[in-house]
Amino acid sequence: MMDDIVFQAKNLQIHAMRDDGSELPIVKGVDFKVHRGEVVALIGESGSGKTTISLSALGYCKPGLKFAGGQAELLGQDLTNMTTDALRPLRGQRVAYLAQSAAATFNPALKINEQVTEAPVIHGTKTQNDANLRALELYRALELPNADTIGDRYPHQVSGGQLQRLMAAMALCGDPDLLVLDEPTTALDVTTQIEVLKAFKKVIRDEGAAAIYVTHDLALVAQIADYIVVLYNGEIKEKGPTDVIINNPQHPYTKRLIAASRLEPQTQHSAQEQPAEIEPPALTTTQIDAGYGPTKDGRPLVQILHDVDLSVQRGQTVGVIGESGSGKSTLARVVAGLLPPASGSVVLADETLPPALAQRNRDQLRRIQFVYQMADTALNPRQRIRDILGRPLEFYTGVSGREKKDKIDELLEMVDLPKSFAGRYPHELSGGQKQRVNLARALAASPDVILCDEVTSALDSIVGANVIALLKDLRERTGIASVFISHDLSTVASYAEHLVVLYAGRVVESGLTHQVLSNPQHPYTRLLIASVPEMRIGWLEDAAKARITPTGTSDNKFSTASGCPFMPRCPMVIDNVCSRVTPPRRQANPGSNHGFACHHDVNALAVETVSPESHQI
Amino acid sequence: MLSLIAKRLGIGLITVLAVSIIIFLGTKILPGDAAELRLGQSASAENLAVLRERLGLDKPYWQQYLSWLVNFVQGDMGNSLSGDTPISGLIADRYQNTLIVSGLTALIGVPISVALGVMAAMFPGSTYDRVLTFTSVTLVAAPEFFTATLLVLFFVLFLGMGSTIVSGSTDGMGLFELIQHFALPITTLCFVIASQLIRMSRAAVLNVMASPYIEMAILKGIPRRRIILRHALLNAIGPIVNVIALNLAYLITGVIVVEIYFSYQGLATLIVQGVQTRDFVLVQSLGMIFCATYVVIMLIADIAAILANPRQRHPK
Amino acid sequence: MTHHSRPSTQEHYVAPFDDVTSFEELKDAPPPAKFKLTFMGKIGAVVVTFWVLIALLGPFIAPLGENELPFPDAYSEFQAPQPGAWLGTDVDDRDVLSRLMFGASRTLGIAFAATIIAYFFGVILGIGAIVAGPKVDLVVSRINDAFMSLPTIMLGLVVVAAVGSSIPILILTAGFIYTTVVFRLARGIGMDIIVMDYVEAAKVRGDGIWWIVTREIWPNAAMPLISDFGLRLIIVILFISSLGFLGLGVQPPQADWGSMVRENLGALQYGESYLPVIAPAVAIATLTVGINLVVDDISSHAGRKLSGRM
Ligand SMILES: Nc1ncnc2c1ncn2[C@@H]1O[C@H](COP(=O)(O)OP(=O)(O)O)[C@@H](O)[C@H]1O
Ligand code: SF4
Ligand SMILES: [Mg+2]
Repeated sequence: MMDDIVFQAKNLQIHAMRDDGSELPIVKGVDFKVHRGEVVALIGESGSGKTTISLSALGYCKPGLKFAGGQAELLGQDLTNMTTDALRPLRGQRVAYLAQSAAATFNPALKINEQVTEAPVIHGTKTQNDANLRALELYRALELPNADTIGDRYPHQVSGGQLQRLMAAMALCGDPDLLVLDEPTTALDVTTQIEVLKAFKKVIRDEGAAAIYVTHDLALVAQIADYIVVLYNGEIKEKGPTDVIINNPQHPYTKRLIAASRLEPQTQHSAQEQPAEIEPPALTTTQIDAGYGPTKDGRPLVQILHDVDLSVQRGQTVGVIGESGSGKSTLARVVAGLLPPASGSVVLADETLPPALAQRNRDQLRRIQFVYQMADTALNPRQRIRDILGRPLEFYTGVSGREKKDKIDELLEMVDLPKSFAGRYPHELSGGQKQRVNLARALAASPDVILCDEVTSALDSIVGANVIALLKDLRERTGIASVFISHDLSTVASYAEHLVVLYAGRVVESGLTHQVLSNPQHPYTRLLIASVPEMRIGWLEDAAKARITPTGTSDNKFSTASGCPFMPRCPMVIDNVCSRVTPPRRQANPGSNHGFACHHDVNALAVETVSPESHQI
Repeated sequence: MLSLIAKRLGIGLITVLAVSIIIFLGTKILPGDAAELRLGQSASAENLAVLRERLGLDKPYWQQYLSWLVNFVQGDMGNSLSGDTPISGLIADRYQNTLIVSGLTALIGVPISVALGVMAAMFPGSTYDRVLTFTSVTLVAAPEFFTATLLVLFFVLFLGMGSTIVSGSTDGMGLFELIQHFALPITTLCFVIASQLIRMSRAAVLNVMASPYIEMAILKGIPRRRIILRHALLNAIGPIVNVIALNLAYLITGVIVVEIYFSYQGLATLIVQGVQTRDFVLVQSLGMIFCATYVVIMLIADIAAILANPRQRHPK
Repeated sequence: MTHHSRPSTQEHYVAPFDDVTSFEELKDAPPPAKFKLTFMGKIGAVVVTFWVLIALLGPFIAPLGENELPFPDAYSEFQAPQPGAWLGTDVDDRDVLSRLMFGASRTLGIAFAATIIAYFFGVILGIGAIVAGPKVDLVVSRINDAFMSLPTIMLGLVVVAAVGSSIPILILTAGFIYTTVVFRLARGIGMDIIVMDYVEAAKVRGDGIWWIVTREIWPNAAMPLISDFGLRLIIVILFISSLGFLGLGVQPPQADWGSMVRENLGALQYGESYLPVIAPAVAIATLTVGINLVVDDISSHAGRKLSGRM
C-alpha cells in the first residue's frame, strides 16, 4: 500500500517562454506524491502555480509554457517528454481533469451525455452502452435530479451546480486512477458548494480514486484532503498531513494563509446598539422597489427588489449578503442612481436624493461613491493610475497641478501603494493592487458613503484579507460609511457591524452582525450560516447531518409579488399561508433592531434551532 | 426561437423597404426625368407634359413611389428607357448566365474552400497551413483582374486552351459543357471566393479552438480529427455560414469586373449598360433585385445560424 | 456517511525560511507580449514603404511626363522593354514606367483620402449612434444596413455616372460607400467598450458625454480601429482600381493603375509584351498583398491558440 504511488512530481520545473526567446521559471522544482486513495491538495494564492502543476499530471502545459526539467510520473511513467499521441490514451482514461468553470468546459453544441461518455468510448475501454450505464450510475451517485433524462439535455439547460456535478461524472466515467480537480467549487454559491463538495467527496471515496485538489480555500481543503502542499511563487513552502498543516503550521506563509481564512466576525463594541441614535444615518433607503425591463403602470416588467430598507451610520458598515441573483448589485445601483427605483427613496444624511443620476447635483454624486467588483473592467486600461485618480479629484474639488499631484500621492499612500505607481497602467499591477486603485478612486471624492460591490470576490483569501484590513483602517481614519456587498458570509461578517440578508430581492433578516450570527432566525439565514465551511476536519460531515433544509441548492428560485420567496426550500413551510401571504416582519428580541420576515415567530422557530451542532463561522 | 426568426424577417423587410426609398429618391435627385430622357433634349414642353402624364410623373412623389413599388412586387418593372423593351425580359435573359456562372462557382468553390480552411486550422503552423494561408492572404488582396490576367496568361496564352472571351449561346448545353464554356470566369471567381472562404473558415475554427471546452477535449485525450470535426466545427458554423452567404451575394451582385473582363452577358454588365445609357429605370430595378437578393441570402444565413445554435433550438 | 480520518502516512516538510522575507502579492497575469513583425510581415512592410515612396516621389523622379512619348517619331504601341522605356510602351505609345509612377500617387492618394473620410464619418456616426441612445442607434443602423445591402461597385458606378467622374468625386464616393462599413465596425467596437464598468464609473461620477467619448471610449477604440485601417485601405484600393478598370474611375489621359490595366488589355492579344497589363496589375497586387501581410501579423498577434496542443 505504501508504495502504491499514482502520481509523483520529482523536481518538476516548468518555464514560460517569453517573446524575446528567454524563459521565465514558473514552477521551480516541486516534489510531491499522491498515493492510491489519497487526496492531495495544492493550495496557494493565484499566480502561485497550482493550476500549472496540476495540469502536469496530464502531461499538459498551457500554450506558452513548457516542461523544463524534472519528472511528472503517472503510474511510474514520466509524462513530461511524451508526445501528444502517446499521452492521448492516458488522458481521460488513467487521469481525468475537472476545471473551475463547468459552464465554460462543457461544449455548448453537444448533449451532456455524449460529452460525459466520450472519453471511454473514444478510447475503446467501454462500449457506448456500458458508458451510458456508468454515466447513469454516476448521475445517481452525484444526486442529480432526473438522472434518467439529464444526459439528453444541452449544457445551457441545467444549472451551474448541476453542471459542476456533471463534470465530475464526465471525469469519473472512464474510471481514472487519478482525478485532478482545479477549484471545482469556487464559482458556486456557498449553499450549492456544500452539496457539490459532499458529492465529490463521496464519489472519490467510493471509487477509491486518488485526487489532486487545487484551491485557495483552506477551509475547503480541511474537508476533503488527506495531505496538503502549500505553494508560493512556484515553490513548495510546506507540505504535510491535513491536521498538521491546519492545526500546527510551521512556515510563516502557511500561517498567513490560515490567518486569512480564519476571519473573525465583527463584534466591536463601537457597534453595540445605541438606543437613541444621536445623528441621522449617513445613508438610508426606505421601501425600495426596483427592477428591469419596460415599465408598466410605474412597475418594471421584472421586479427584483421588494420593499428593501437599509441604513448605515457614519463610520460604520452594513453588509448586504445574498446568493447571486438575489438583487445585491441592483440595490447598489439604485443607491448610486444608476437605476431609478419604481418606488421608495434614498436619503443621504439630511437630504432625499433624486432617483436618477442625471437629476443629482455634483455634490450629491460626490458623496456616494461606487467601487466595482472587477478592477479589470472598472479601471480604464488606457489611463495611467495618476489619470484614473486625478479625474475625480479635479472633477469634484477642482484641484490641479502640484496640489493634485500631492493629493494623488496621498491617496496612493492611503491604500498602501508606492507613489511610483502613479505612472503605471492598470495591466502592470496585480489583482490586489488594481483593487486598491479602484478603492482609491472612490476615496478621491472624499465621499460620505462608499458602495463596495463584491470587491473581494475576485481575489483569493490572502489578498482579499489584505483589502478588508485596508478597508477597516480607512473606515477608522475617515469616518466613512460603507455598504459592503458580498455573497461570502465570512468576509461580510468580518467587516460589517450590521447585516442585511437578501433573498430573492427581499430582506429576510437584518440586525447587528453578532446578533444575526449568534441567533439567526430566518430559515434561510440559518442555511447560509450552516453552509460556510469551518476550518476543522470533519465539519462537512457534521454539517451534512445538521442540514436544516430538505433541498440544499439554489437551483429553484421562486419569486412572487406575495408570499415568501424561500418557500420551495423551506423546511418549516406552512401550507397555504407561506405561498400566498407575504410574511410579516418580526423582532428577534424586544427593543432590538434585529428583525426577520417569517410567518413563524421567535418561539416557533426556536424549536427548530435545536440541531446536533451549533453553528459558528 | 420563432420570435427571433420573426424579428430577423422583420428587419430584412425593413431593410428592403429602406433601400427602395433610397433608390427611388436617388433617381429623383438625378438631373432629368424619364420623359426628358426618352424624348431627348429637343422635345417640346407639350410632348413632355403628355408623356409625363402617361407615365404618372405628374403625381406626388409618394404616389409614384407606391405605384412603382406595387408594380415591382408584381413583377412589372416597366419598360427600359432606351429601346422601350420590358425590363423584366431583359433581366431574365441575363439572370440565366449569372445564375449559371455563380451557381457553378458556388458548387465547386465553396465546399473545397471551406474544407481547405478547416484543414488548415487542424494543422496550424504546418507547412500546409502556411502555404495555404500565404496563398489566400495574397489572393484576397489581389484585384479580380489580376487573377483573371494570370489565368488568361497561363491557360490561353501559355497552354493555348480556350479563349479570352466567353460568348455565344448556352442553349442546350449540359453541365460539363457549361463548365467548359465558362471555365475561365468560373476559375477566376473560384479563386476570388476561395481566398476569403479559406481565411475565414480557418479563423472561425481557430477562434473556437481557444475555448476552454476544446482544452477540456484535449485533456480528455480526444483525437485531433474528432476535436475539429465534432467539437470545434459545430460551434464555428455560425461565422462560416455568414462568410458563405456574403460570398454568394457577391457572386450574384458583384461580379462586374469578371463579366467585363471575359465579356459575357450577365446581370452586372446589364447594370453597366444601364448606367452608360442613363437608363435609370433599368438601374432602379436592378438595384432592387440586388438588394433583395442580398437581404434574402443574409436572412437565410442568419436563420441557419439561429437553428445551428442549441441555445436557440432548445430553450431552457 | 462516516468521517474519513485515515491519517496520511506522508512526511511533514517545511521549506527553510527567514523572518525578513515578506510575501508580496503575486502578479496574476503575464505581461502582454510585445508586438514584433514576422519575416513575412517585414517583407510586406518593405513593399508598402517602397510604394509609398514611389507615390510621394514618383511624379518628380519619373523618367518622362505622364503623357510624354518615349519614341515620338515612331509608331510604337505595346513595345517591349528597351532603353528609354524600361517597361515598354502602352496603347497610346506612352512610357509604361512613367505612367506607373504617376499612377501610384493617384491610386494611393485617392484610396488614402477616401479611407480617411470613411473613418472620419464612420467613427463619428458609429460612436455617436451608441451614445445617442437605442432609438437613434436603431434608426441609423437600419439606414446603414440598407446602404450596405447595395453592391458597392454598383453604387459607385451609379454615382459616378450620374455626376461625372473626377478625382474629388471618386474620393467622396468611395469615402461615402465605405463609411457604412466603418460605421458598423466602430459601432461594434464602441458597443463592447460602453458596457465596461469604467465607462459607467465616469457616468456615476457625473462626467458628461464629451468626456466619456473622448477620454474613456476613444482611447480604447483607437487601437482596434487603426489595426483595421489597413484592411479597409486594401478594399478601397481595389474599389478604385475596379472603377478605373471599368472606365469610370480616373479619366484618360490621367493614369491610375486600374485604368492602365483596362487601356492596355489589348496587349494580351497583340502586344509585343504583356508588361503594359501585367505591370499595373502587379503593382496593385504587391501593394495590397504587402499591406495584408502586415495586417495579418498584427491580427494573428492577438492571442495564443490551443491548436498546437492537440
Ligand atoms: N500561458 C501562460 N504564459 C505565461 N505565463 C503564465 C501562463 N499561464 C500562467 N502563467 C503564469 O504562471 C504563474 C502560475 O499560474 P497558475 O498556475 O495559473 O497559478 P494558480 O493556479 O495558482 O492561479 C503565474 O505567474 C502566471 O502569470
Ligand atoms: S415565511 Fe414560511 S416559507 Fe418563508 S421562511 Fe417563514 S416558514 Fe419558511
Ligand atoms: Mg488557477
